[in-house]
Amino acid sequence: MLQALEGSQAVAQAVALCRPQVIAAYPITPQTHIVENISKLVADGKLKCEFISVESEFSAASVVLGAAIAGSRAYTASASQGILLMAEVLFNIAGLRVPLVMTCANRAISSPLSIWNDQQDSMAVRDAGWIQLYCADNQEAVDTTIQAYLIAERTELPVMVCMDGFTLTHTLEGIDIPTQEQVDNFLPAYKFSRTLNPQNPISLGTLVSPDFYSEARHSHHTAILNAQTEIIAVDQEWAKISGRCSGGLLTVEGPEEAKIAILIIGSVYGTLLAAMEEFPEEQPVKLIKLRSFRPFPIDALKAACEGLDDVIVLERAIGLGSGAIVGLEVTAALAELANPPKVHNFAAGLGGRDIPLEMLPRLLATLNEPSDRRLRIIDVELDKLPEEDR
Amino acid sequence: MDFSQLRNKQPRFRGLESGHRACTGCAEALAARLVTEAAGPDVMVANATGCLEIFTTPWPESAWRIPWVHSLFENASAVAAGMEAALKVQGKSTKVLAFGGDGSTFDIGFQSLSGMLERGQNVLYVCFDNEAYMNTGIQRSSSTPHAAMTTTSPPGKERMGKRHLKKDIVSIIAAHHIPYAATTSVAYPSDIRKKVRRAMAIEGPTFLQIHCPCPLGWGHEGYKSIEIARLAVQTGLFPLIELERGGLAGVMPLRNIRPVVDYLKEQQRFRHLFTDELRAKEELEHIQAIADHNIEIYNLRSDGHKDAFDSEGMDTVRRGGMRWA
Repeated sequence: MLQALEGSQAVAQAVALCRPQVIAAYPITPQTHIVENISKLVADGKLKCEFISVESEFSAASVVLGAAIAGSRAYTASASQGILLMAEVLFNIAGLRVPLVMTCANRAISSPLSIWNDQQDSMAVRDAGWIQLYCADNQEAVDTTIQAYLIAERTELPVMVCMDGFTLTHTLEGIDIPTQEQVDNFLPAYKFSRTLNPQNPISLGTLVSPDFYSEARHSHHTAILNAQTEIIAVDQEWAKISGRCSGGLLTVEGPEEAKIAILIIGSVYGTLLAAMEEFPEEQPVKLIKLRSFRPFPIDALKAACEGLDDVIVLERAIGLGSGAIVGLEVTAALAELANPPKVHNFAAGLGGRDIPLEMLPRLLATLNEPSDRRLRIIDVELDKLPEEDR
Repeated sequence: MDFSQLRNKQPRFRGLESGHRACTGCAEALAARLVTEAAGPDVMVANATGCLEIFTTPWPESAWRIPWVHSLFENASAVAAGMEAALKVQGKSTKVLAFGGDGSTFDIGFQSLSGMLERGQNVLYVCFDNEAYMNTGIQRSSSTPHAAMTTTSPPGKERMGKRHLKKDIVSIIAAHHIPYAATTSVAYPSDIRKKVRRAMAIEGPTFLQIHCPCPLGWGHEGYKSIEIARLAVQTGLFPLIELERGGLAGVMPLRNIRPVVDYLKEQQRFRHLFTDELRAKEELEHIQAIADHNIEIYNLRSDGHKDAFDSEGMDTVRRGGMRWA
């Protein structure tokens, strides 16, 4: 049954359905509604767990790490500065191969201070060793949160579920919240192979010399790449129960004959889908929704882009001093094709700037301009800048 | 004999085995062993980055016989907090310990420690205080005592070692009004055991600061660690105190109070104080004043009291015996 729920409210309910035993969080906009909703579920006795209001995001990540290795399913959520503050712990959690799930309510990074949406925060920790799944809408956020626990616990890799701040977290949508029975049938009780236990004492997080470090990195990297199979499988298993797919590694939408694709990550997918209806006279375009950014699905991406002439990558972050982040990885992956499409890299919607439906024709119009693989912030208003900064 | 049974047949439980890579005379290693012996096997440890973590766990070896995790430098308290929360939900009584050096306790991990104490979590935090960042090569911490030489507080024409005072961590901890906070010293093993057992019996946050000489960092022979640790107590520079809910609940009175120079002259980190320079003499006076102040505020003078027990040899490490000896 569909309920009108705010994204944060829906995610809070999804988390509760996964029966976490320990939740730790520190408030940061736009993550707050998620943890406030969870706190209320705990206060009302609807969710039996230890909710720990910590004194920083650094401790939030550390507390869930401790809980997970002591044998409890755990959850945290953060955004922006909070993600950066916990960055050291994020790498550590992943390196210890601890199965954890967190939500990143994507938000811009200071300075300049902005509380609004872009994806610079999760992109900054893209190489932390976590699986990163991006949600296009709130139903996906609910389903992906539930799936994330199964993926994490099967692969012993932490999963970051990324949802655009405000655009998703603070927006009401009709959402189908699964039943407890559905989730219980899908997600077995928490199990971690290296749970600390006084009956069988082990040491975790030891010092490793150069003799072993490369091997640890190799097996971690391989595990993330191999998780592609699990991400697809878990999405299908959940589809059998819920009747909904969240899009595996990536999905392709649009006419078969289209020679142009726009690749996006996150909620801008909905904007462009609506724009395709709004501007039917535009040339046929495929929309590639990249759900899994880590692991980066090179083979699936190649298959999706085979035969295309142009791929426009629209991202909500920027590699300052370099350019595209997602776009560069797409470019590198597609270079393996015999006839790679031209990749055009754009950033838009930084720091919460609205991406209007007109973005579609505007993006397509760039194809008539000289090809340029370097990233452009397509919605920058240069007249606001002094001459020397343009 | 079945090797796996060896642990149970030992005269007493050892949480930290020999064979690790600590330096000769490392007091921290001895203190950690004493703490784990007294705490017993039904514990889990979250260990901050530092010497203790490094010398006990060079992969694929480990000297620990208790479940142990090292995450980062500044989060041992928070990791322990998460472990405690998990065990609580699971209905288990296993006690969580957090171990850190003075760097991770006084400085970088101070915030997460304060948070854990404020939340009243059932964790025994043990600070092995060797008064500098020894693991990275003897840099000054906020626990380094006044005038001590470290690699980042060297004496010179303009400086006489560390310019600032040693942070009074136990008072700050006690100000959280936790059930129990205490200082103890590696020179008094029975005092360590007594205070560990006391803390273990309390459900709630507890804190122990153990003074542990570092032969390398302090500049003394390894065999002198215990003697020097005892002098720190006997001079009044490291008073052994207990605080309950923030109030002073006990002190170890001193039978023979020694002048601070007896303690300082044994250590190379204070050698710049033993010159004919006026500023050296002034610093010695400053340090004596710190000790005198401690003696005064904690009323450490036994004044012939029969309970004073700071004598040599009153407390030696006895091998074997009862499991909980």
